[in-house]
Amino acid sequence: MFALPILKTARLKKVSLAFAAVLLSLSSVSVNAADPVKVGFVYVGPVGDHGWTYRHDIGRQALEAKFGDKVKTTFVESVPEGADAERVIRKLASDGHDLIFTTSFGYMNPTNKVAKQFPNVKFEHATGYKRADNVSTYSARFYEGRAVIGTMAGMMTKSNIAGYIASFPIPEVVRGINAFTIAMRKVNPDAEVRVVWVNSWYDPGKESDAAKTLIDQGADIITQHTDSPAPLQAAQERGVVGFGQASDVAAFAPDAQLTAIIDDWNQYYIDRTQAVIDGTWESQDVWHGIDSGMVGFADYNASVPDDVKAAADVIKEGIIDGSFHPFQGPINNQAGEEILAEGEVLDDGVLLGMDYYVEGVQGSLPK
Amino acid sequence: MIRLEARAEPSKLMGFAAPVIALLVTLFAGLILFALLGVPVGKAFYAFFIEPLSSTYGLSELGVKAAPLIMIAVALSIGYRANVWNIGAEGQLILGGICGGAVALYFYEVEKWYVLPLMTLAGILGGMFWAAIPALLRTRFNANEILTSLMLTYIAALLLSLLVHGPLRDPDGFNFPESRLFHAAATLPIIFEGTRLHIGALVALLLVVVGWVLLSRTLLGFALKVNGQAPRAGAYAGFTQNRLIWFSLLFCGAAAGCAGLFEVAGPIGQLLPNISPGYGFTAIIVAFLGRLHPVGVVFAGLVMALSYLGGESAQISLNLPVAVTGVFQGMLLFFLLAADVLINYRVVWGRRGTAGRGASL
Repeated sequence: MFALPILKTARLKKVSLAFAAVLLSLSSVSVNAADPVKVGFVYVGPVGDHGWTYRHDIGRQALEAKFGDKVKTTFVESVPEGADAERVIRKLASDGHDLIFTTSFGYMNPTNKVAKQFPNVKFEHATGYKRADNVSTYSARFYEGRAVIGTMAGMMTKSNIAGYIASFPIPEVVRGINAFTIAMRKVNPDAEVRVVWVNSWYDPGKESDAAKTLIDQGADIITQHTDSPAPLQAAQERGVVGFGQASDVAAFAPDAQLTAIIDDWNQYYIDRTQAVIDGTWESQDVWHGIDSGMVGFADYNASVPDDVKAAADVIKEGIIDGSFHPFQGPINNQAGEEILAEGEVLDDGVLLGMDYYVEGVQGSLPK
Repeated sequence: MIRLEARAEPSKLMGFAAPVIALLVTLFAGLILFALLGVPVGKAFYAFFIEPLSSTYGLSELGVKAAPLIMIAVALSIGYRANVWNIGAEGQLILGGICGGAVALYFYEVEKWYVLPLMTLAGILGGMFWAAIPALLRTRFNANEILTSLMLTYIAALLLSLLVHGPLRDPDGFNFPESRLFHAAATLPIIFEGTRLHIGALVALLLVVVGWVLLSRTLLGFALKVNGQAPRAGAYAGFTQNRLIWFSLLFCGAAAGCAGLFEVAGPIGQLLPNISPGYGFTAIIVAFLGRLHPVGVVFAGLVMALSYLGGESAQISLNLPVAVTGVFQGMLLFFLLAADVLINYRVVWGRRGTAGRGASL
């Protein structure tokens, strides 16, 4: 790609080789128009989970639709978070991928290990906190979506009990439970949230059993932080309602899905790939919310009353224009003591490490 | 008409040939599968079986993946020969990881040579302890070890989850359920620089030799086999069944615990909520695929490991779904079980013979 000047002395040779090396390392950033940029994806679930992984794969397809021949995408699905992840990520890197998205928290250390060995490959790790010159992190403020559906749940519940199917007690999930509970109780102070932990991101059988248990305990609203449509299918069967998670699953639960929080990675993936094509990619940390479109919503079900829709829209707009924050005081802990005064807002640092339940969540947080 | 005719005694030749036949039929069925998926058969074959082995790094990864499978499968084979059905090697593996990993975290500030040996010892003892529970229940209360060892697997998995969400969690990790990364003195030495092939692979091979000597050259091995084939004959010969049960389970617990420790101290390098993609269960398949023979287990372990690596390679180069890997593994087992019929029966063409006690198909 770069013609070396004619070399006269060994010293000059050394200098120009160093120069060429710099040029070459730059050249891998600004890619020749003829070679497609290769973008790899590592998924924790199957692409057909209709949740988390499915939405990342929609993002991958958006890349192909947008860039056509200019990109070539690859994915590896159902990669266990453990010893196998490093091998898969390394293989993608050594096969000449320019940009690799690793889309689950458990890939954090393997991603960073491989990134050290492949300084010219760009890595993007979803939901983690370790970065490097060639490793970015990105995530979405899903708790903003939880505040919207929590508001709807508070207005629509008759039993004042919402059932929440949760995966692992990590800050991300605890934050979602709290955001949902705070919003629900703001419109309905008698409401309570019951949580069942299934210790899996994707286990339709367990998720469905958890939903049925919660419904048997009186929950008439079902929401979840797991990846399959099974809980909503259970809700549909039992005639209660709930919210889709990560993607629009109305096809599985046409009556039960009031709306769904949709993860929309399309624009982010397009922007980051464009940055690699332009040679402007830099390591960064992104945590976008409803305002950027990274957190979206499915259409309201026809059964949602107008006043509920209006209240939900007020929350959405408030979050977008900054006048409302899902974690604004007063907030009480489970013992009923005030932990955040009126008018104050929890900062991102606290949100990122959240390890306690707020008032209104039943049971204790597994530790 | 094709008939199956019982053999007077099991065919030795078929004992060796059945896995090979199963492998060939699986390959053939695989070719049909690829053709139906519209993938060029040659390319798919290359991606699945050749590409993962075409580089040193690929070969080293094959070793990384096969080592725990072989270690556990050798130990399982010994127990299965003795009719001791330990299904819970996965749980014993997890306990090994927990105990060894906890030692690594306890010595987090101490980078000394003795940390790794201590971890290994703790891993082995942890696995043995978990295997001792079904051994005790079986010998004391005659509780079926298939059920107890399997159930203990779920307890082990939840125990690990509990610990990495709590006491063993990285204090600087934003409450995410992961331990700290182990320091250099608490991670396994690598055999070839630049790969992840750790000394666990050598330990696995050593265990194969130990298993082979034990089964074919020692009185204990003979006692185990007799107990498996004719327990009452074994009892008359003076072999105490309870001691054989204890030995089988503890040996397997030690091997699985060691394999678990090697996973966390090797390729993973920390404790996670999930440290094994089901090695303890896959090893059961490997043990049977290897004919419950330590040397057979080596080949079976490598074939099984290759099927995972090939699956990833096929996904990357051909965009084949991961389900193809599962289909391949399933077909291999299915055809192996089918081919096993040939050990006790022979295929006869034509009319029923006069002497045979054939089962008509």
